[in-house]
Amino acid sequence: MTAKNLPLTRRLILQGIGSAALIGFGDLPALAAANDKYPQEAFKQKSDADAIKSLYGKTAEASDKVKLDAPEIAENGAVVPVSVTTTLTAVTSISFFVSENPSALAASYLIFEGTVPSVANRLKMQKTSNVTAIVEAGGKLYSATKEVKVTVGGCGG
Amino acid sequence: MASTIRVRATVNGELTEVQTLIRHPMDTGLVKDAQGAIVPAHFIQQLTFEHNGKTVFLADWGPAVSKDPYVKFGFKGAAKGDDLKIRWVDNLGATDTITTKIQ
Repeated sequence: MTAKNLPLTRRLILQGIGSAALIGFGDLPALAAANDKYPQEAFKQKSDADAIKSLYGKTAEASDKVKLDAPEIAENGAVVPVSVTTTLTAVTSISFFVSENPSALAASYLIFEGTVPSVANRLKMQKTSNVTAIVEAGGKLYSATKEVKVTVGGCGG
Repeated sequence: MASTIRVRATVNGELTEVQTLIRHPMDTGLVKDAQGAIVPAHFIQQLTFEHNGKTVFLADWGPAVSKDPYVKFGFKGAAKGDDLKIRWVDNLGATDTITTKIQ
């Protein structure tokens, strides 16, 4: 629980300075959901399973409600357009993992109330690999995976 | 110097669509330069979007996000003329901020 409590305290302090604590404690649930600390450890994990465990502390189940859009073949691994949309509700975060990259976790996004659970971004891929999108909704994890063939790797070396 | 952040935020009905392009090398720390020396890791770690002072979207990025990153998302509850503040911070502590009007 400590990991969750720390950023909460930090946010409260920042809120206190920033807005003279006028908001009070009515906003507490919203603040608790906003765990805005950079997940340093999750980005260090090599496999996607370890990265998911480090980031969320639980495992995901495949779901057809998560729609992952990525090219079949990426000619340039340095710039692979990947996006995800979902029909799930109460989404709190969306993350992208590339299995064969030196570190699997590529990007993780926090989705707030009123924000549409849909993200498009561009990722680097070292070689042909599975790309997995994880959607956290209502405290559970849902995933979609697609293989992207890469002709020229994008991680250098 | 011109801002590193280029953003377009447009209201369409109740939805505001935000497209952002940032100029940043996003070096992984795995690439060697022409002299064979490793180019040190240099990448954006966090990118936040605030609408009228409330965070609507937050990105945590690793070095696997492409150079000159692009990201697109949408949120509800904004009106034309509202402020949207965008801020990034990278692994070396550098940062940039821009405030734009939603169109």
